[in-house]
Amino acid sequence: MAREVLLKIEGLRIEGRAGDAWTEIVKGIDLTLHKGEVLGLIGESGAGKSTVGLAAMGFARDGCRITGGSILFDGIDLRQAPEAERRALRGKRIAYVAQSAAASFNPSHKLIDQYCEAPVIHGVMPRDEAAHDAIDLYRRMQLPDPEGIGFRYPHQVSGGQLQRAMTAMAMACRPDLIIFDEPTTALDVTTQIEVLAAIRDIVRQFDTAAIYITHDLAVVAQAADRIKVLLRGDEVEEAPTRQMLEAPREDYTKSLWAVRSFARPEQPAPQAAPILSVQNVSAAYGKVPVLDDVSFDIHAGRTIAVVGESGSGKSTAARVITGLLPPKSGGVLFEGKPLPLALKGRTRDQLRQVQMIYQMADTALNPKLRLRELIGRPAQMYLGLQGKALETRIRDLLDLIELDPDTYIDRLPGELSGGQKQRIGIARALAAEPKIIICDEVTSALDQIVQEGILKLLTRLQDEFGLAYMFITHDLATVRAIADDVVVMQRGRVVEQGPKAEMFAPPHAPYTELLLSSVPEMDPDWLTRLLESRASASV
Amino acid sequence: MIATRIALGIGLLFIVSVVIFGATELLPGDLANELLGQSATPETLAALREQLGLNDPAPVRYWNWLTGALTGDFGVSMANGRPIADLIGARLGNTVFLALYAAALSVPISLILGVLAALWRNSIFDRAANAGALTAISFPEFFVAYILVLWLAQTGLFPSMVRINPTTTFGDRLYMTFLPALTLMLVVTAHMMRMTRAAIINLMASPYIEMARLKGMSPLRIVLRHALPNALAPIINVIALNLAYLITGVVVVEVVFVYPGLGQLMVDAVSNRDIAVVQAVALIFAAAYVALNLLADVLSTITNPRLMHRR
Repeated sequence: MAREVLLKIEGLRIEGRAGDAWTEIVKGIDLTLHKGEVLGLIGESGAGKSTVGLAAMGFARDGCRITGGSILFDGIDLRQAPEAERRALRGKRIAYVAQSAAASFNPSHKLIDQYCEAPVIHGVMPRDEAAHDAIDLYRRMQLPDPEGIGFRYPHQVSGGQLQRAMTAMAMACRPDLIIFDEPTTALDVTTQIEVLAAIRDIVRQFDTAAIYITHDLAVVAQAADRIKVLLRGDEVEEAPTRQMLEAPREDYTKSLWAVRSFARPEQPAPQAAPILSVQNVSAAYGKVPVLDDVSFDIHAGRTIAVVGESGSGKSTAARVITGLLPPKSGGVLFEGKPLPLALKGRTRDQLRQVQMIYQMADTALNPKLRLRELIGRPAQMYLGLQGKALETRIRDLLDLIELDPDTYIDRLPGELSGGQKQRIGIARALAAEPKIIICDEVTSALDQIVQEGILKLLTRLQDEFGLAYMFITHDLATVRAIADDVVVMQRGRVVEQGPKAEMFAPPHAPYTELLLSSVPEMDPDWLTRLLESRASASV
Repeated sequence: MIATRIALGIGLLFIVSVVIFGATELLPGDLANELLGQSATPETLAALREQLGLNDPAPVRYWNWLTGALTGDFGVSMANGRPIADLIGARLGNTVFLALYAAALSVPISLILGVLAALWRNSIFDRAANAGALTAISFPEFFVAYILVLWLAQTGLFPSMVRINPTTTFGDRLYMTFLPALTLMLVVTAHMMRMTRAAIINLMASPYIEMARLKGMSPLRIVLRHALPNALAPIINVIALNLAYLITGVVVVEVVFVYPGLGQLMVDAVSNRDIAVVQAVALIFAAAYVALNLLADVLSTITNPRLMHRR
C-alpha cells in the first residue's frame, strides 16, 4: 500500500485564545495520509481533533492560530500559500463534512443550490451538469427521492438524510480529501449505521482519501485504515486499525477501550409497589399525537431506562410525568395516589418529588448565576432552608458531586467543564431531595470517560439515597451499564418492556432487535457483517 | 398566516381610530364656541352645534366620522370651511414624495455600508462608517438641517426653501427637495446601517457560514449569499420603522424648509384648534405606520423558507 503521499503534516502547532492569553491546543502533531486512505482521528473533546482536521484545509477557526509546523497538501504548502490559493483548494480538492448537518446547511437555500455552489464557483462544471450530478450522488448516498430531495430546504429533511446530503455535497467536485468531523455523532444508532455505510461506500467508490474524526472507537473501526489517538493536543499512538484494536500499546488507549466496563450490580426484583406509575397515557402536541397508550412503572432504588430513536416519545413521556404536558387521556400515580395532570394543579411537595436533569447542561444552567444560587435555590424553595443551614446544605451537595466547595461555590457555570456542569445539574436536582430523578440523555453530550464518571456518581447517589431514576437515552451501552428495567419506545408506543436481563436476551421484538444490532462493535468487520446479514434477511 | 396579519392590522387601525376620536373628545373647550369666538350668542351657538352635529351622542358622531373617513370624506376644516380631503390630498402627495426620495437615497446606502462594514469588520472603514453614523444620529435633525442650509444653501447650490406647486416638474422637485431629503437621509441611515451590520455579524459565527468558508467561497459571496438572506427579517423591520418615521416624523424638517407636507398641516391645525384636520392627519399617520409594519411582517415571512415551506 505504498501509494503517493497526499497530505503531510509535520510538527503542527496551534494556539487558541482564552480571554487575553493564547494557549497551545495542538502541540506538534505529525500526520501522513496517502491517496485513497482513510485515517481515523480519535480522542475526547478538547483533544484537538477538529482543530487538526481543519488545519488540514489550511483553516483555523476564529480565536485559533497556526503557530508552527508545515502542512503540505499534494506538494502545496498550505501555510505559505496565499489565501486565494487556499480558497481555490477548499471545496474543490479538500472538502469538509460537519458534525451537525442541520446547522451547517444554510437555512435559506435549497439543498441542490448549496450542492451546486462549489462546482460552479470553482469552475469545475456548469450548473446544469452539477445539478444532474447531484441527483446521481444523492442516489449513491441512498437518499429517498434523489430527483426531488435537492429541491427541499434543509428544515424539510431529516437529520440523517441531511448528513448524507452533506457528504454528497462534499463529493461534488470529486475532491482528493474529505474531512469528516464527527459526521454520525448527532444521529440515532439506527440512522448512524446507514450514514456510516453510505460514507464508507462512497469514499471507496471514488477512491477518496479521508480523515475521519470521532470520539467513538467502534464507529471509526468500521471505516478507517489507520487510527491515530490524540490527547490534549498530543499524539498518543498511531497504528493500522486492526492492530490498534487488538493490541493498543499505550495505557490511555487501553483506558478508552475499557470505558464501557462499568456496570452497576444487578438489583433484586422489586418487592414494594411502584413509587410512580404511568397509566395508559396518550398525549399530543396540538393535533400531532406523540404518545399512544403508554404505561410503565418506576420503582424506588431502581433505574428504568427508556430507549428509542429521536421522535419516539421518550422525552414527551418525561414531560407528562413532570406535568409540563398534560396528557389527553390516562394518568400518573405517585405512591398510589393520582397526580394532578397539569403543573399548575400540583402542590409544591408533589413538584419536589420529581426532579429533572437535562441533556445540555450548558443551556440548562443560568449562565449568570453562581453555583451557590443554582444549587441553593431549590433547597430554599422546597425545603425552606435559610442562612447557615442553606450554606451547609450547598456545601454538602457540592461534596456529594465531588466538587470542592471552597473552590467552586462562587463560580459561574461558564467556568466549568462539560462534565462539571452536568454534576451541577445533578446537585440541583438532589437539592430538592426528590424520590425520582428523570435523566434526559444526560451523558449524550459528554465524552466516554466523563460519561463514565457521571454514571458512577449517579449510581453512588442512587445507592445512598434510594433514588428512582428514569433514564432517557438512545445509547444502549449506557442502558447495559446502569439499567434495571428497560422500556423500548417507537413512534409513541411502548414496543417492549421488562427487566434488563430479559430485554438483552433473545428473542426480541423486531424493533428492539434492530436497535440492539445497530450498536457498533469494536470489530472492523462488524458493519460489513451486519449489512450482509440484513441484506440476506430482507431477501 | 399572512391573512391573519392583515386582519390584525385592520383591527389595530380600528382601535387607533377610537383612540384618536376619544383623545380629541377629551380636549377642553367647545368647538362651536371656538369657531364663533366673541360674537357668539346662545342662539347662534345652538344653531351651529346642530349644524355640526355636536349634539349627537359621541358613538354616533364617531360612527359618522369613521364611515366618512373610510370613503375619503374627512369632513370640512373648522378653520376655513374647505373639505379636508382637498387640504390633505396635495400635501399627502408631497409628504410621500419626500419620504420616498429620502428612502431611495438612504436604503441602498445603508444596506451597502452595512454589508461592507460587516465584511471588513473592525477595519478602518468599519470604524469610520460607525463613527460617522453615530455622529449623524446624535445631532438633532433641525441642527443637521441648518448645517446643510449653511453649507449648501448659502453657497447657492440648493434652495433652502421649497417652493413647489402641482405644476413643478419632476426634475425641479428633485432639485428643490434635495436638502430636506438629504437631512432625512442623514438621520435615518445610521439606524439601518448599524442594524444591517449587526444582523450580518451576528450570523458570521454560524456553522453554515463556516461551511461556506470551507467550501472556498469568497468573503463577499459569504456575506451576500450566505449571511444576508438569513439576516433579512431584522433589516426589513428596521427599514419599515424608518420609512414610517419618514412619513410621520418629519414635522421639524418640513418646518425648517417650509415644505408643504402633512407635518406642517398638522402643526397648523393644532395651533388653530382645527380638530377635524388633526383627527384626519393622525389617522393617516397611524395607517402609514400600521401598513408599513404589516408590509415588513409579510416580507419577513416571505423571505423565510421555514415559514413559507412547511415540512
